[in-house]
Amino acid sequence: MTTLLEMRNITKEFPGVKALDHVNLSVRQGEIHAICGENGAGKSTLMKVLSGVYPAGSYDGEIHYEGALAEFRNLRDSEDRGIVIIHQELALVPQLSIAENIFLGNERQKGGVMQWQETFRRTEELLRKVGLKDTPGTIVDKIGVGKQQLVEIAKALSKDVKLLILDEPTAALQENDSRKLLDLMLELKSHGVTCIIISHKLNEVRYVADTVTVIRDGMTVSRLDAKQGLREDDIVRDMVGRDMSHRYPERERRAGQVVMDVSKWNVWHPEHAGRRVIKDISFSVRAGEVVGIAGLMGSGRTELAMSIFGRSWGRDISGEVKLHGTPVDVSSVDRAIAAGLAYVTEDRKGLGLILDESIRVNTTLANLAGVSTRGVLNEAEETEVAERYRKVLATRTPSVMQKVGNLSGGNQQKVVLAKWLFTEPEVLILDEPTRGIDVGAKYEIYSIINDLSAQGKAVVMISSEMPELLGMCDRIYVMNEGAFVGELAAAEASQERIMSLIVTE
Amino acid sequence: MAMQSSESGAAGAGGGALKSYLVAHMREYGLLFALIAIMVFFQIVTGGTLMRPVNITNLFLQNSYIIIMALGMLIVIVSGNIDLSVGSVMGFIGAFAAVMIVEWNVPVPLAVLVSLVMGTLIGAAQGYWVAYWKIPSFIVTLAGMLVFRGASLWLLEGQSVGPFPGSFQLLSTGFVPDVLPKEATAELGAVFGARSFNILAMGVGIVAAVVIVSLGLRERARNSAYGIEGEPANFFWARNVIVLGALLFLTFKLATFRGLPNVLVTMGVLIVIYAFITQNTVIGRRVYALGGNAKAAKLSGIKTERLTFLAFVNMGFLAALAGLIFAARLNTATPKAGFGLELDVIAAVFIGGASMSGGSGKIVGAVVGAFIMGVMNNGMSIMGIGIDYQQMIKGLVLLAAVIFDVYNKQKQG
Repeated sequence: MTTLLEMRNITKEFPGVKALDHVNLSVRQGEIHAICGENGAGKSTLMKVLSGVYPAGSYDGEIHYEGALAEFRNLRDSEDRGIVIIHQELALVPQLSIAENIFLGNERQKGGVMQWQETFRRTEELLRKVGLKDTPGTIVDKIGVGKQQLVEIAKALSKDVKLLILDEPTAALQENDSRKLLDLMLELKSHGVTCIIISHKLNEVRYVADTVTVIRDGMTVSRLDAKQGLREDDIVRDMVGRDMSHRYPERERRAGQVVMDVSKWNVWHPEHAGRRVIKDISFSVRAGEVVGIAGLMGSGRTELAMSIFGRSWGRDISGEVKLHGTPVDVSSVDRAIAAGLAYVTEDRKGLGLILDESIRVNTTLANLAGVSTRGVLNEAEETEVAERYRKVLATRTPSVMQKVGNLSGGNQQKVVLAKWLFTEPEVLILDEPTRGIDVGAKYEIYSIINDLSAQGKAVVMISSEMPELLGMCDRIYVMNEGAFVGELAAAEASQERIMSLIVTE
Repeated sequence: MAMQSSESGAAGAGGGALKSYLVAHMREYGLLFALIAIMVFFQIVTGGTLMRPVNITNLFLQNSYIIIMALGMLIVIVSGNIDLSVGSVMGFIGAFAAVMIVEWNVPVPLAVLVSLVMGTLIGAAQGYWVAYWKIPSFIVTLAGMLVFRGASLWLLEGQSVGPFPGSFQLLSTGFVPDVLPKEATAELGAVFGARSFNILAMGVGIVAAVVIVSLGLRERARNSAYGIEGEPANFFWARNVIVLGALLFLTFKLATFRGLPNVLVTMGVLIVIYAFITQNTVIGRRVYALGGNAKAAKLSGIKTERLTFLAFVNMGFLAALAGLIFAARLNTATPKAGFGLELDVIAAVFIGGASMSGGSGKIVGAVVGAFIMGVMNNGMSIMGIGIDYQQMIKGLVLLAAVIFDVYNKQKQG
């Protein structure tokens, strides 16, 4: 096989940081090449160098593409040569149709007039290729994230892509959607499209990749070939620079009294009248216990959590929440907080943090009463609180005055946790607590969760990653289409059993 | 050789830290220097007229209502909204007060109270739609602007109403009596070429200067106790010397004229109160959180609707106060009072560094922004520049300030 792309000794410096330090990447024609590395390792920077976001001249080193030296000055340049990058955050316009999105910036036109027939016809072809059954006129907002991802790929295909780069394509996807996407990649490969995939999910990397390049701290650490067999532990070891035989920290399992008891919880959709999203759910969680909620995306896990937490989602909510056997008022967020509940959102940037504010401001946001007297803030105390949680959670930052927008995903998640720990909750509901953060930081988050349960807090953990639930939880509730369809103790739970509960229902 | 290179390396690193601090805080220093530069410029081109005691007193009187409204506008803008109605509301309240006092013979204190309540209710009415019905504030207050423009015309029946009794005019044109009678300070005044010297004005200036420095020092001490990298010491002192110099200079000028105008006192007290509320209180912090990320604020237990509502209630109250002061200054209520003034107020807040998307901006910035506009208005008028050019220049200054902001943000990455 010939080499399609060769990046040699790429070095990229930002003021004060060397983001890339003599990185080498060699991608063969027609292969799927995975790039693995922790957040901040330099993967995205490398892709920005490749796609011309950082133009030739702003970095050291050489890019050879299709056998010749390439100097891309911008995204257009690289796209013209068939290099298309699909970012983690999708770049679709939600209000426009699938067809309009696919040909956005590349419209089928004659003298500025849209050729709708051709646009729709071409779109249909592309949708067939990616296995999407929706019509070209469907508004993108109305389809799920999984399908949107496929639309992005169709868009890339419309540009005669030779090298497709997917930056964490499955981060927001459910297991079955992820599988579809990966299968599509394999199919594209059989049609000669070369792919680079950046992913944290090593089982997926193993599934699709022919070659893996591991990057750590801006340097190429290793290059592994699938023919010699890919072992997840090897990749993880290279990524974090240490042996990770224990991916889930040990915890002494010791459940106490029931802390929270939810019974007959029903929630209706806020906009679609007559659609019941949560159906008669009852569950409980004990002190020192970590309880998991497994289920596919759209099964209503986040809706359940948010509706309990101060009716933040849904309408016509009925049911009862008891803490230590007494019914409590959780009808607004501040009452839920006062009752002892905390909800760590799955959408860190959108719902969890104020990105332009400092760590200090974000830490105290949910409990300003704790750092003020008669409505007047005590900044010294506030700084002390933020410092305390920075140390306890080992948040890596020069100071608590740092803007949270400048932190990595793992450290941002620690700030969100700090905010909720400072409200001193009895029950913590963690919604996808490790989404989009790297292996090393995940381990730290797991350790924090274990510490919390050791302190006697009741923890509810929602996750799409089943190994994580199996590794962390004492009990797992399985959720499907708004109802609990099963409950498994840690000892009897397995991925297969969870899936079969979901499927048979 | 080795010694030399390591030394120059250390010096380079120190310079880098200073430079990065300056870049990060370019906006604040830039604003302060811009104001000073503009004042010096007009002082020179007007041949010293700008800084004459009578003109400085005028400068405060002329801009008081803009500044008072800018305090409320800053909060509205930080919360992620805008209020286009303040000019009209201000004019309407002036008209309302005039009709009450001049035509219905309502006693002045009662009329003032009723006017303030009226303004607050107007703010509440607009805030209700914005906060609880989620109607964009641009639209609600655009409607309010039209409604209250019309309401002023209707109330005054197209006529000017005035003059006001003396007690009402004191709101704007009065001066705080000095601690000593004028004769007692005549001698001191003579030293500075004035008829008397207002001890109170100078005293207030000195006390304010001492308070500013000691508060600044306290904060520095606290920051360093927590290892927070604050302003470099030389920057701190340079800034303080400039601010205090300006403060003492201005109060000295006031002292050699008629002392402290009542409006200046009202304004000064309001500035201190609002600076305190926005920077040091829970409710202030919550407003910034609301503007920074409304959804995250809501999920942190903050009652975002009520805060938005209160921001508009407060704005209505301050617009009413500004309306009273404006009417008292003109000594008459005219149907066209306040037309287009909302734009000056909004411009002041944006020149002062607030962000259109909400979540950032400071009271001090808005006040300095208002003074920049005010000094330019005043200076250009003294120079005899026509209103046509004045408008164009002011527009370009606003644009330049915001471009400077955006440029700085990009540079910080």
